[in-house]
Amino acid sequence: MHLFIIYTVLGLTNGMVYAAVALALVMIWRATRIINYSQGAMAMFTTYLALIVIRHGAPYWVGFIVALAAGMVIGSITERVLVRPVEGRPPLNAVILSLGVLIVLEAVAPMLFGGQTQSFPAPVSNIDIIAGTTALDISPFDLLTIGAVLVAMLLLFVLFQRTTLGLRMRAAAFNPEIARILGIRVGRMLTLGWGIAAILGSLAGVLVAPSIFLYPNNMDEVLVFGFTGAIIGGLDSPVGAVVGAVGVGLVLSYVSGYIGADLAPLGGFVILIAVLMIRPQGLFAFGRQRQI
Amino acid sequence: MSAMRRSTLLRHGLFFIATALVLLALTSYVFDAFTNYNVTEVAVFAIAAAGLTLLTGISGQVSLGHGALMMIGAYTTSVLLTHYPDAPLILMLVGSITTSALTGAIVGIAGARLRGPYLAGATLALAVALPQVPTHFAALFGGNQGLPVTDPSPPAFLGGNFSPEQWLAWITLAAGVLTFFVLANLVRSSLGQRFRMVRDNEVAARLSGVDVARTQVLAYIISAACAGLAGSLFAYWATITSPTGFTLNLSLSLLTAVVIGGLGSLSGAVIGSFILVYLPVWTSGFASSLNLSSNVANNVPLAIYGIVLIVAILVFPRGIAGGVGSIVRGAARMVHSSRHRRALSAPETPLH
Amino acid sequence: MRPEINRSRTGAMAAVAAAAGLLSAACGSSSTSTANTASAPGVTATTVTIGSTQPLTGPAAPGYSEIAPAAKAYFDYVNAKGGVNGRKIVYTYLDDGYNPTTTAAQTRKLVLQDNVFAIFGALGTPTHLAVVNYLNSEKVPDLFVASGCNCWNSVSQYPETFGWQPNYTIEGKILGQYIAKNFPGKTVGIFAQGPNDEFGTDGILGVTDELSGGVVNLLPTPQYYTPTSAGAMAVGGAIAKLQAAGAQVIVSFSVPLFTAVAEASAAGLNYHPTFVVSNVGSDPATLSSILTGGALGTKLPAALITGMITDSYLPPVTDTANPWIALFQTIAKQYAPTLPWDGNVGYGIAEAYTFVQALKAAGQNPTRASIVAAVQNSHWTDGPGLTPYAFSATNHNGFTGAEMVQIGADGTLTALSGGVQVTDDTTSGAITPYSGTASTPPTSGIPSD
Repeated sequence: MHLFIIYTVLGLTNGMVYAAVALALVMIWRATRIINYSQGAMAMFTTYLALIVIRHGAPYWVGFIVALAAGMVIGSITERVLVRPVEGRPPLNAVILSLGVLIVLEAVAPMLFGGQTQSFPAPVSNIDIIAGTTALDISPFDLLTIGAVLVAMLLLFVLFQRTTLGLRMRAAAFNPEIARILGIRVGRMLTLGWGIAAILGSLAGVLVAPSIFLYPNNMDEVLVFGFTGAIIGGLDSPVGAVVGAVGVGLVLSYVSGYIGADLAPLGGFVILIAVLMIRPQGLFAFGRQRQI
Repeated sequence: MSAMRRSTLLRHGLFFIATALVLLALTSYVFDAFTNYNVTEVAVFAIAAAGLTLLTGISGQVSLGHGALMMIGAYTTSVLLTHYPDAPLILMLVGSITTSALTGAIVGIAGARLRGPYLAGATLALAVALPQVPTHFAALFGGNQGLPVTDPSPPAFLGGNFSPEQWLAWITLAAGVLTFFVLANLVRSSLGQRFRMVRDNEVAARLSGVDVARTQVLAYIISAACAGLAGSLFAYWATITSPTGFTLNLSLSLLTAVVIGGLGSLSGAVIGSFILVYLPVWTSGFASSLNLSSNVANNVPLAIYGIVLIVAILVFPRGIAGGVGSIVRGAARMVHSSRHRRALSAPETPLH
Repeated sequence: MRPEINRSRTGAMAAVAAAAGLLSAACGSSSTSTANTASAPGVTATTVTIGSTQPLTGPAAPGYSEIAPAAKAYFDYVNAKGGVNGRKIVYTYLDDGYNPTTTAAQTRKLVLQDNVFAIFGALGTPTHLAVVNYLNSEKVPDLFVASGCNCWNSVSQYPETFGWQPNYTIEGKILGQYIAKNFPGKTVGIFAQGPNDEFGTDGILGVTDELSGGVVNLLPTPQYYTPTSAGAMAVGGAIAKLQAAGAQVIVSFSVPLFTAVAEASAAGLNYHPTFVVSNVGSDPATLSSILTGGALGTKLPAALITGMITDSYLPPVTDTANPWIALFQTIAKQYAPTLPWDGNVGYGIAEAYTFVQALKAAGQNPTRASIVAAVQNSHWTDGPGLTPYAFSATNHNGFTGAEMVQIGADGTLTALSGGVQVTDDTTSGAITPYSGTASTPPTSGIPSD
């Protein structure tokens, strides 16, 4: 029972990291109907930038802001410079393009930041809290991770449901022609969508680095399971992304704990297929079919 | 109609026989052992990429997990070889094609319900998950260290000095030419027509009496059979089959070859595979020869690879085969503008 | 900074000629009566070309990508002093990204296109297994594989292949013996890469060999990790299981990143077992760079690695008073100034030193057969290792043992009682104290004839 609680907390915390990546993928999918396979590498890159700032003596939170801001810049530039030319092209072109960006980022990172694994600080302790004499199996940093992703999800909800900007972004994504007629600057909205997505990815990067450390490939599987979570939830639904990603986190943790660490990816695959066989568009899919 | 079919078959037949003869001459008289070894790898990837071209380019179903199907083929051959070391090579190839086609049927049936990124995600998860099976069941599959494969030794009548690289190149290129001959005819057949209808408009296809799901599963089976053949030859080429050889990278590389070469074009699959194999060969020597800090030098080839992908996609949105094709057609149009040759030029494959 | 090897042929040739002249003048006694010839593939009158495959990029690159540049630094040093028998060593290392398929292709490139004399220090178990059959069938000397898999010591199957570092079973046995002696009655758990990974499997084989007698309470089920980032995210669960089972000592067959993840996870669980870690995963410089910097937030001191127990078969890289380490550090500083100073760099230079020993012993005009024979027959006792090499016509293992050391708060390694132990990789093979004395490097820094 005690182990069950530990696996659950671990799965939940990991799931929240996957959720931040999943939210980023959903944002970009909603904006441009593209899956950004370089999202993980972008997060790795911005986490390195945060580390440099922190190593130069800046407080943790300055580094944190730098990571998110750098994410916004990298995401926007990528959309503007690289993705814009392939929009409206076969979707696989965007896939290969984002793979190219991933490879370049993972090659450039060790050139700029060194090839060794680095530690990355956590702003609060990641040692499990002890209340009296009982270990609570959850650390302040676990709580911060869970809280930060929930806040991000809430902010996204407010942005899309309660602000004009959000409404414009939705209009630009779902029907660019009509949106253009209504005077919405569609291109700018799409760039903004990529920027916000990369902020979410960067959040995942700084939240996971204290436990898995920082090296050029450190986000590879995080992206895979974030993507798995987003697919399970349904690519159009931010809530679905979080639910799906947390589910993936829990399944991976339970399979690792009870069956074997090496079989965890198989567990993730089985859950994904089980969900898709019942709901081919994910758990939180809209009614209508959507072609590629 | 049937006369036209026969003439297509004849035309293809002559073209592929000529190709086979040229390759035979090149591998025998021009290429050294290393080139033959690389050409074998190009052919292995081209067979898998051609299958993926059929699936993704012609029938419109994306697969980010084709490496997993190659893995099924490679392990089939390797496990069979462990138990029957003296069985003829052709049986190994047939065995691998069978198991991977069966796997393809299962994946295809599941995948027929899925579209776009959902199919991409499911196949990507397959590519990540499947290598864990041989890792876990070590008694059968050799665990993380994998199963060794002895490359087929040339038959005695070719002489003692006949290099194993040349022999494997012959086998693989023969398999490749045959695969491309079959696929090229299949693409032109009524089945190929049905694949394209399903890709272009499912509703219209259904209205014209095409069983969409069945057609999609069939595409998956044929594509998986190609991957299985490639996997089997891959095992001989690599002389080892281990889980680390079938990472997600392999699947993504195959898709990259197909798209960079030219989605939906069989010649594109060859061009893409060529780039995939030769780019690392050309660039990998930089690391120890450049007078740069090792962090920079070590990563230069990888950076070049990434930049080539980005530039190729931006410069040749229809792939290199498509890009070259339209340049050639453009030139032809300029030269023969008065003769209305457009009707004769290959129909531009509509890309979804 | 680096001497020009590939840039200017004529310049290099002139330098070699000059150096060769100096050499023959300096040591007139050596057998230089005949001229240098192109005696084997990859050998010319002025050069010896060798190759290697290394994980320069990809998930195994952090840390391991330093080994080949470090080895090259040593070869550059030797070349600057005139090379070996007037030949410069041209060392070409290619990236395989730790992917066996790429290893297969790159090794053919080295053998068929670059025409290397030998493969030296190719890194990794799954990667090198992909080419070991090929190299042996082509009779290419396959010297000093950078992996401790027991599989390299298989003389009848792989006559051309030689290990270098103590294999994982030898290491496991020495770690196990130390635990049996110093932690009797304690509960011992195993954390390892795997399952079905040679590193974990061979290591566990050695450690259970020593601990299964009932001296300690050895937990029957090892806890495994998968070496990926998602695998790292699951390590907390594996450590929690060892905690729940009451493990007071954790034996860890892990790469450095996962040693760090395991230690940090244990601390996060308020769990402080004694870690006994294979040499592979215990380089203090690498571990401290991963674990310091506040990975654990504010509550724990950065020196989480303090007290970790491991084994060492080379002089510890932090022991700058050791003449070998002093020499290696000087060479690294001059010829590879951008590399950090850590165990990977020490490893690369030490391995390159062994290669130069072999090349010298292979004769003035070496052949592939003569270098293999030289490694088998020379029985050098004067290498950088703490034990002699095991190399013989029937044994292709490298170092046969190690000494137990402990990591201090500042990352320095201190020898524990017991001294250097030597053994073999069989279950019946006894572990005995090594009675020989430590060797010192020649003043030139280059193996003497």
